[in-house]
Formats: sequence, C-alpha cells, structure tokens
Amino acid sequence: MKNSCFAISRALTVAVSMLPFMAGASLSPASAAENEVPLSLRLSPSQYKQSVLEIFGPSISITGRFEPELRDEGLLAIGARSASISASGVERYDDLARNVAMQVVDAQHRNTLIPCKPVSATAADDACARTFFGAVGRLMYRRPMTDKELATKVRLAGEAANARHDFYIGMQAVLSDMLLSPNFLYRYKTVETDPAVAGKQRLDGYSKATALSFFLWNAPPDDVLLKAAASGDLHTKEGLKRQVDRMVSSPSIEGGVRAFFSDMLGFSDFETLAKDPAFFPRFTPKVIDEAQEQTLRTIVDLLITRQGDYRDLFTTPNTFLTRPLAAVYNVPIVETADNGQPDHWVPYTYKPNDPRAGILAQVSFVALHSPAGRTSPTDRGKALREFILCQAVPPPPGNVDFKFVQDTTNPVYKTTRDRLTAHRSEAMCAGCHKITDPIGLALENFDSAGGFRTKENGVNIDTSGELSGAKFDGPVGLAKVLHDEPAVTACVAKKAFSFGAGRAPSATDAEWQQIQAKFASSKYNFIELLRQIALSDALYSLPSSQVASVQ
Amino acid sequence: MAATSVLERMLNRRRVLKGMMAGSAITVGLPTFDCLLNDNGNAYAATGAPLQPRFATWFWALGLGEADWRPKDAGTNYELPIQLQALKPIQKKMNLFSGGQVFLDGQSNSTHYTGVQGMMTGKVSSTGGYFGSFDTVITDLIAQGTRFRSIECTASGDPKATWSSRLDTGLQPSEVSPLALYTRIFGPEYKDPNAAEFTPDPDVMVRHSVLSAVKDEREELMRLLGASDRAKLDNYFTSLRTLEQKLAFQLQKPEPLAACTKPGVPEKEKEQALTLATDAMERHNQFAVLLAHALACGQTRSVNYAMTVGMSGLRMEGDPTNHHTYTHEEPIDPVLGYQVKSAWFQSLYMKALYDFAMTMDNIQEGDRTLLDRMVIFAYTDHGAPRLHSIRNYPVITIGSGNGRMKTGMHIPKSGDAVTRVGLTVQQAMGVPISEWGFGSNRVTSSISEVLA
Repeated sequence: MKNSCFAISRALTVAVSMLPFMAGASLSPASAAENEVPLSLRLSPSQYKQSVLEIFGPSISITGRFEPELRDEGLLAIGARSASISASGVERYDDLARNVAMQVVDAQHRNTLIPCKPVSATAADDACARTFFGAVGRLMYRRPMTDKELATKVRLAGEAANARHDFYIGMQAVLSDMLLSPNFLYRYKTVETDPAVAGKQRLDGYSKATALSFFLWNAPPDDVLLKAAASGDLHTKEGLKRQVDRMVSSPSIEGGVRAFFSDMLGFSDFETLAKDPAFFPRFTPKVIDEAQEQTLRTIVDLLITRQGDYRDLFTTPNTFLTRPLAAVYNVPIVETADNGQPDHWVPYTYKPNDPRAGILAQVSFVALHSPAGRTSPTDRGKALREFILCQAVPPPPGNVDFKFVQDTTNPVYKTTRDRLTAHRSEAMCAGCHKITDPIGLALENFDSAGGFRTKENGVNIDTSGELSGAKFDGPVGLAKVLHDEPAVTACVAKKAFSFGAGRAPSATDAEWQQIQAKFASSKYNFIELLRQIALSDALYSLPSSQVASVQ
Repeated sequence: MAATSVLERMLNRRRVLKGMMAGSAITVGLPTFDCLLNDNGNAYAATGAPLQPRFATWFWALGLGEADWRPKDAGTNYELPIQLQALKPIQKKMNLFSGGQVFLDGQSNSTHYTGVQGMMTGKVSSTGGYFGSFDTVITDLIAQGTRFRSIECTASGDPKATWSSRLDTGLQPSEVSPLALYTRIFGPEYKDPNAAEFTPDPDVMVRHSVLSAVKDEREELMRLLGASDRAKLDNYFTSLRTLEQKLAFQLQKPEPLAACTKPGVPEKEKEQALTLATDAMERHNQFAVLLAHALACGQTRSVNYAMTVGMSGLRMEGDPTNHHTYTHEEPIDPVLGYQVKSAWFQSLYMKALYDFAMTMDNIQEGDRTLLDRMVIFAYTDHGAPRLHSIRNYPVITIGSGNGRMKTGMHIPKSGDAVTRVGLTVQQAMGVPISEWGFGSNRVTSSISEVLA
C-alpha cells in the first residue's frame, strides 16, 4: 500500500502552491449533455474507507455501517452506477462522517492533521480554516475546490466556531458536511470541450484521474495523479502511459486487485454467511473473515508477487493458512514466527496428491455457496458458472413439482447426486440443472463449511463430471479443466473491463478485442490486463449521446 | 413551508443558532400527563390535533402450505387452520385474505421476487426493478413530524431483507442488529417526550445549520451532470432532506406521549447472520419491543419488518436442512395433507406475528391500544410453498388503524388480484386513490367489507 499516512500534510504544500491556480477556479464550464446513461458511481464501502485512510491516515478508525451495495450484471461496480442513497443511508453516512470528523479534530490528531494553529482556539480563524479545507477538499473532492465552495466552508466553520466558542467545533462540523457531500460520496464524471476534436466533448482531467485511480488502486488519486490531471498530461497518450505504468508498478495496485476479486467472487455475501456450530464447530466467525483473506492472499501472491498466469489460480497448490483455517482444512501448520499467534499467516503448499487445488477448493468458495447445514451442488455450480465463467443461469421456474426429490423413502435416491439426477429427469428442470449440477457435484468432497469428506449417508461420493465436453473426476480434475477452459480467461477480462468502465464491453468493439488479445499474448498476466484496460478508452469514453456536438 | 428564499431561511436559522448557542440553553416546561389526550383519546388535548394512525408491514417466507390452510367459511365465523392457530387470541383483531394471486402478464416469474413485486408495487416487471412499494405511499402520508420517516429491520441478518422500496431510491436498508436499532432510536440523541424540561442540543443546532452547505453544492453539480445523474442527485437530496427534518425534529419540543417509555438496552448479538429459527424468534421479539416503543414515543409512524429473506435459511436445532430446502424436498404427509416440517416453520412465523401484534397491543394509548391505532400488513412471497406458486396468497391484516378497518373476518377472493388487498389497506390508511396497480394486477375497487 502507499504510505498513506497524512496525505493531507503532504498535500498541503501542493495546495498552497496551487493557490494561484485555484484563484478564480471553477468547475469545467462545458454544459452537460442530456445523456441518459449515468456516469456517476457511488463510492463503495471499501473505497470510502480507503479514501479516509489515504487522506487522514490509519489512526482514524471508521466505525459504522454503510448503505448496502447493489449487484448488477454480476458486479457491485456496475451496481454502483445506479445506486442511490436512501434516507437511512444518508443517516448512516452522517454517523460515519461525524465520527471521522470528530477524530480528525480531537486533541490527539489536530496537531498533525490540521496543519495550522488558530490564533485563538475559542474563535474562528478564517486563514487556518482556508488552509485546511483547501488541502483536504482537493483530496476529498478529487479536484481543487472552487473559490465559492471554499469561501462557503470557511464562513460556515467560522459561524459555528464563534457560536460555540470553539475553533475546532467549527472545523469538525464543516468537515463532517464534506464527508456527507455528494462530491465525496459519488465519483462524478464531468465533461469539458475537447480542443483536439472540434465540437466534441471529453472527460475532464480530474474525472480521468479519479476513474483511473479507483480502478487500479481502489483509492482516490494521489498528489502526482492530481497534478497530471491539472496539467493536462492525462489527455495525452504519453502522459496517460506514464501514470498507468507508475500505478501498476506501485504497491497500491494490491488494493485494486483485492477490490476487483472481492467483487468478482461475491465476497459481499460473507456478511450474511453463517454455519451451524453444532455441525461445524471449527467454522468460527474468525474463519469467515480469514477465508476471504486466504483467497485474496493467494491471488495477490500469484498475480502480483509472482506475476503468474491467471489460469493457475484454479490449480495452484500454493496458499496461506492461519491456525483456525488449518483446522477446517484438517492440515497441521508449523509456525516459525510470532510465537504461535493465532492469526499469523503461514505459506502452505498442498501435497502432490492433495484433493484441494486452487481457489475454488478454498473455504471462500465452497462454504460461501452452501446453505448453513448441508451442501448444494446446484448453488455451487451456479456460482461457478456466473462468477468464474460469466455464464447466466436462468432462475428456476415457479410451480415446479419436486416429487422425485421429495420421495426420500425410495432407497435408490440416497445421495445428493441421486436426488438431483432424479430431479433432472423432469423436462422443465433439466435445462438449468444440466449446466449447474455436473460441476457443482465435482465439489461434493467439501462439506458445507469446506471440510473434506468422502462419503455422504454412508455412500461413497461420486465427484465425476463434465464441462464443455471435457470429462473429469473430483475437484482437482475440475480445476484442471477450468484451467484450459477459454471462458475462464474471457470472463475475467470482461469483468475487469466492466469493473473499470462501469459497463460491459461491446463484443464488436475493436479496442476490447485488442485488450483480450494482449491479455492472451501476455500469458494471461492479470496486471497486464489491468494496464491495457487503463490505457484504453474503456474508463474515459462517453456514451454516444454525450459525444455529440456541443452547441 | 413559508415562502422565503433558501438564503433567508438559512439566515433565520443562523440567527436562531447564534442566539440559542451563545450559552443560553432553552428550557421548556411541559404539561402534565393527565391532559395529554382528549376525553375520547383520539386527539392531543392541547392542540386538538388528531392522533395519526400507525402502519407496519411484516413479511414471512414461503406461505402457509397447499390449499389446506384456507378456512371453509367466509365472514366473521370461521375456523382458523392449524398453521394460524397462534393468532387465535387476536382473531377478532385481524382479517385473513385468501385466494388472491399475482398476474404475470407475460413476464417471467422469478421465484421469491416476482410475487412480492406484484403484491407490493402493483406491477410485475422482469426488467424494471423493484421500486415504489405501497407502504412508502402510506408512510409519506402519515410520517410528518416524526424523527424517522420509517424504520426497517429484519432478524435474518441480511440488510436487504425487507421489501420496502421507495420510488426514487429503491430498497430501504434494514437494521439487522437490535442494539444498533436501539442506539439509533433511543441513544444519546433521543429526547424523551415526557421529560419535564426540554433543552435543544447545541451540537444538533450546529449540524442543522451547517447542513445547508451540502445543499448549496446542488446547483453547481446539477449544471455539470447529465439527465440521469441529475435524477440520481435529486434522489440524494431528497434523502438529505429527511436528515434535515430529523435534525429539526430534535430541536423542537416533542408532544408529550403518556404511552411512551424507553425500552431496555438489548444485549449485543454474537453474530449478524442467524440460522436457527429459535434464535430468529428471540431477535424478532427484541425488534418488536423496540419498534413498539418507537411508535409509542412518536419517533416514527411506519415500520417494516422481514422475518427472513424469501429463501428462508432458518433451521430447527440439530437439523442441517433449512426451511426453504424443506419446501422443495419434503413430501406431503399422506394423512395430514401437508409438509409437516415446513408447517413447523410456518406456525413459528405465525407465533412471531402474534408476538409482534401483542407487543403493540400491550401499549395503551388513551382508550385504545397501539395495535388498535395501527394496521399491520402481513404478507409472504408464495402461495403454495412446495410449488413456489404465486396463487392463493395468504395475506393478514391486524389492527383497525384507529377504527378505519373492520376486523375479525376471513375474506376469500379466489382468483382475484391480490393487489386489491393493497388498495384496500391504502384507502384505509387515508391514501386518496380509487385504483392501483398495472396490467392485470390493476384493481379499481377495494374490499368494501373491511372498510369502516
């Protein structure tokens, strides 16, 4: 991660040096086109947290709840495009804002986070307020504040400070408001006249910087990127390439990779995941947290540290474990550091004949896509189709008769496979279950909590199956087939594009086809995929209605 | 709202703010309890303002069973089926509607969703999303002068479980923690309406005043954005106005409410998500107490509760199979004629509904109980759960809404649009509409038998 501590202090120097630029600054003057496609995106909870971390440093804690996210076309990042903020959502953001603002101005933080001291702590100090809000506003709004905005903030802080006889109460009240502002909670894409093409519009530099930064880092633009936006560098191919290359080689790329895979793999559903401790005593709340982290560490290790092939995520024997997770996996781990601290992460490599391989055999997949007490091959197969292969599974029809599944007295239907096979004999059910169950049944060696098993109700579990004509046996066999399945790489490329652009790519788009080709020629290097998307128009293009001539 | 400019209103607020905050806290004496309501118990004695009715929606998953739950008789003399036995003590205070259905009009049926979409929004749409449930129309009518426009909560742990959805901002998030809900309503910002003295909180005054800065950003943003983003921004500012109203509420002397008492603090829950039905019952009852006190204390007049999501994951202790799976996999008992384990869950939900209603009924407001002054609209996602059908829906209303609804009846409406119940409830709560719904789900007359 970037050295995020006190970005505001670092930015202060810049803000002061930019004062001449900001004098008379106004937002882009181009009028908004009447596009019907929303260009703004609501900050996700992780983006909100990362913004506060980057701007105010890690000692500001964020306690509170966020408005639930909305998943659309398989991604929260697309749902953010249409996500409004409800009345109770505003209430939640207000609670969060007040809590953050209170900490920023408290006695512990004010001397480091507010880079000036008021003449009197019991009265307004416009100069100090202006310095602080000018610096912090540029980072929070991801552009310099306008003169009018800044003047309003200074005036209101002064009124509150004088009324309460406390400079810091004024600062707190206005900072709290800024954290509640749509300028902070939404990432707006604003347009300006494109001087290179007569009569056309383009995203302004700050909007480009914001789109780029949240895509690659899941964080707001840093000072260097904001400067590039201000200078117009981001409008040139060379300038954009300089920034993209800098960003993909920064440690902060991990934030972007983690955010993308958390979204793609549906980790937001962990919020409502629970298992019965009577059946799965090792599946503790700690395991729920650590299961996500295990998968993200596996991904970061392979895709960033080793610069590996994306397809190997499904077959890699390398992962990381803690003691609670190792208990679920039923493997001994030997800790060599930290004197046995329970949440210490230890690299672990599966043995050659281990039934587990890759991220789909991890708790974060097999437990997340299972009901609380028992497995559901249909749920797992559906998740695999939708999350990994980008293949839609239609919802089950109403008025389905489950007479075969319900006939548990029949000695033939003893295992889940038996019952589902019977169910699939129903014509109206066969279509969907044919595409979900064979791959879901391959993971039946893992119980609802992710533990390994070989029998169900005393009968050996049959984990054979078929995907796209390739036959396999068991989770490792499935992993190998997935590794060579073209839909796997096409899917991650499509999702990464959508994650950045807030929309799915058009199949006929030449630039999209080029991105896919370069991903393949890089041996499916995921960081190279991100780089290609960041250099393309995906993040910066405007809907056709908006590209129309400006009168 | 007085016809003053935004600037004038801001200045006025700030003058008040400056005056009030310059060290002189305001203390307002309040009248004594015995003159709070008029002799009829239906209006405030001091102002003569009528007591507003209250409204609740209450969702349970997966219906009541096959057709076996439908009473044979209509009207007031009917026998409650086994699944509804828990409600027997309040049979005279409830209505049971049966036989209603949702029409698809060629749209696809997404199980656990489409039926509720039709019932609550009057519209079935495969692509239009879930916007504008009718409870929000009632809420907007009765919510004026309350701290919270409405409150949503669920025992399921899923913040997206309740079905209340506004036309602009969509689904309203649910509270999943009783402790968090308690803190939100009865925490440090709560002002007891029956306190002898009232002192406005100077911090709230500052917040209320400074909030105008956010509103000032609206015009500039609107100028820069396209139509779709402007609509979204408008939604945001609509939500922001409710925060402003909440702060304004906290700065006003509340009306005394004799029935209002502060509930006890719930214990912190161990985990957000629940899987055991008994745990869900316990959490439900905690929420019921908090909601009843919030209604009695004038903090809100509209609440929405969901026992679980449609695909209920609740289980019996020691059983790995959940309710939803049982509705799919459990055979119908050849003797009893229904799915026995599924019926266990259905009976449990009805016990929870009874507890919910009784928690309201145990609060006396003048000559009536809180339950008498409200309508609880209890509904589910499917008719016959085994088939996940959208026919023969059971819908239950409890309470008379301050005498606006007759109670104690079974109203069979075989094959009728279930939206007729929604129209009837809206009319009972005072919504001035004569028809509601779209396509085949549009109804132009209410169920007159139950309207007082």
